[in-house]
Amino acid sequence: MSSYHLTHLSQLEHEAIFVMREVAAQFERPALLFSGGKDSIVMVRLAQKAFRPAKYPFPLVHVDTGHNFPETIAFRDWLAQETGGRLIVRQVEDSIKAGRAQEETGLNPSRNALQTVTLLDTIEEFKFDACLGGARRDEEKARAKERFFSHRDEFGQWDPKNQRPELWNLFNGRKQPGEHFRVFPLSNWTEMDVWQYIARENLAIPSIYFAHQREIVNRNGMLLARSPYITLLDGEQYETKQVRYRTVGDSTCTGAVESPATTLAEIIQEVASAHQTERGTRADDKRSESSMEDRKKAGYF
Amino acid sequence: MSHSDQHYLAMDLLRFTTAGSVDDGKSTLIGRLLYDSKAIFEDQLDAIERATEQRGEENLNLSLLTDGLRAEREQGITIDVAYRYFATPRRKFIIADTPGHIQYTRNMVTGASTANLAIILIDARKGVIEQTCRHSFIASLLRIPHLIVAVNKMDLVDWSESRYNEIVAQYTEFASRLEVPDIKFIPLSALHGDNVVDKSARMPWFQGGTLLYTLETVYIGSDSNLIDARFPVQTVIRPNSDEHHDFRGFAGRIAGGVFKPGDEVVAQPSGLTSRIKAIRGPDGDLPEAFAPMSVVMTLADEIDLSRGDMLVKANNPPHVSQDIEAMVCWFADKKIQPGGKYLLRHTTREARCVVKAVRYKVNINTLHKAEGDLDIGMNDIGRIQLRTAVPLLCDPYQRNRATGSFILVDEFTHATVGAGMIL
Repeated sequence: MSSYHLTHLSQLEHEAIFVMREVAAQFERPALLFSGGKDSIVMVRLAQKAFRPAKYPFPLVHVDTGHNFPETIAFRDWLAQETGGRLIVRQVEDSIKAGRAQEETGLNPSRNALQTVTLLDTIEEFKFDACLGGARRDEEKARAKERFFSHRDEFGQWDPKNQRPELWNLFNGRKQPGEHFRVFPLSNWTEMDVWQYIARENLAIPSIYFAHQREIVNRNGMLLARSPYITLLDGEQYETKQVRYRTVGDSTCTGAVESPATTLAEIIQEVASAHQTERGTRADDKRSESSMEDRKKAGYF
Repeated sequence: MSHSDQHYLAMDLLRFTTAGSVDDGKSTLIGRLLYDSKAIFEDQLDAIERATEQRGEENLNLSLLTDGLRAEREQGITIDVAYRYFATPRRKFIIADTPGHIQYTRNMVTGASTANLAIILIDARKGVIEQTCRHSFIASLLRIPHLIVAVNKMDLVDWSESRYNEIVAQYTEFASRLEVPDIKFIPLSALHGDNVVDKSARMPWFQGGTLLYTLETVYIGSDSNLIDARFPVQTVIRPNSDEHHDFRGFAGRIAGGVFKPGDEVVAQPSGLTSRIKAIRGPDGDLPEAFAPMSVVMTLADEIDLSRGDMLVKANNPPHVSQDIEAMVCWFADKKIQPGGKYLLRHTTREARCVVKAVRYKVNINTLHKAEGDLDIGMNDIGRIQLRTAVPLLCDPYQRNRATGSFILVDEFTHATVGAGMIL
């Protein structure tokens, strides 16, 4: 006798698959935003499962700041090939050269916010009408207010005070010409769910998630990796530590954590006992209390 | 808490909604649940400590944790539903935290639409008030199967058993007008933590479980409909590859009942029949599938079937109708227009519809029909009659929340203007 019961991870999986199929059904030119990070890796696996035995019907789109970890870029290329996906890469560098974006100045210049320019240009270039993203509501307080189907106006802007109510499993993907949607199938997943799913599915992930030796500099409590884009300040010096990354963003604004975790099981133990949120390692979120909300309003991921 | 794989992989999921305002201690209660279950992190706590200090407030303002938008923090109000997550070794929880005042109905209806359970907060000093009735009515209308009535601020009534019993009696009397199968009462103090996670030593007279224990143990296995087999087709999967040349699979999420390979099925609305050849889940072929699984079905015969159609079993058809009676909750400034046309989304089907009649409006505080008032505007609830351009394949909402619900979309702005529950 079977019990008609799904574990929470399976419920989240069935929900995400439903959302992905809804995107394929409601939109003409959807794309999957792919960073090479753990959430987008889970997204690719779910997309594979949603459309088997057919190929998943979304190109993988990566907005490359030029400041990514080389391990992530290598992994991105490998996964696209492995899953037979079409990979579209657009460079923030090109947006800067074309005069459409301006490099930040100051102590911690980051290309994080500049990605928005390149992303919106890419959406326009390919006329994407829906972009699937791996963002989760547990990541950040502005994201907690995000819909599964998140409407963007013709300038790519998010209007958080005027979002469409989202009831049951009925998703309204209607829009005016020139507008588009961001769709977040992992909305209800937590960091722990993502790691458990990676373990359950035995998914490959970039090596920087596991503990390794790396030269880092401690800047205001953030452990920043040695890279050509970081300039040491007076009194700062690089030291070699055993670290790993909890999130994968730009090397200029993503801090490492000291960790001995070299296996998925150890990472999961670490996540379970963590005292900081994963975005606690992200300088881009710390700029102000509403930095994520402000970037999202402008059209960020 | 243990996070061994075995343990974690066996956890189930409870979605609940919290109704009440800041005054009832809702934020404090959620903060307490998150804090005591270790779902608040140090950097989040630091951030709200900083913000509390900046605002010159004395007590740690836990509402800053849930109020994520700049406008919300500035005005000290919650504008929109926020979703929160926490887990205990037994269950994962999704909280739809809905604001108490602004846009109340719209947000609570949204949060309630996916919830298994609602917590209704009552201030022990005030007892059952208008707001309690409103919250309970919406929970009942949206068919949330489980209600927990949390009688909060027991510290301010000296932990009085007789006051608690008075409120239970008051609520029970009121609730006889509702249709909620399972109502539980818990006396607690969110501020001091009594009966939230730990049993209160100050209310030894209360024999029931704590709030968290109740959330962890409430039986939700029978919440989804496992009787009426309903499979709305979402999209058709055709690989167009040499290997799977003839493959034609129907993808969708089961909205009710149980399907097995070999089952005789009827395609609606065509009425054509076939047999299920195979059911694929996320990990391959399944011996059976049930709501709310996302699967791909293949059939023994080539029949015409596409998005918006539905596979059902022969002896148990849904209603197939173009005339729909429904309760509707309205979200737009512009009132419902008799004769107005909208786009309707129901399961995976989209249809144009026209409002044939507005029957009545409900006074959501008294649950009475508002006699003579047929103006259904923003945040109002009422009964309407619709005529759709194509038949809907539906069940009464009280029998199946997935096949009994729809949304109305403005044809010009494309905004979601209403949510409906079929009678």
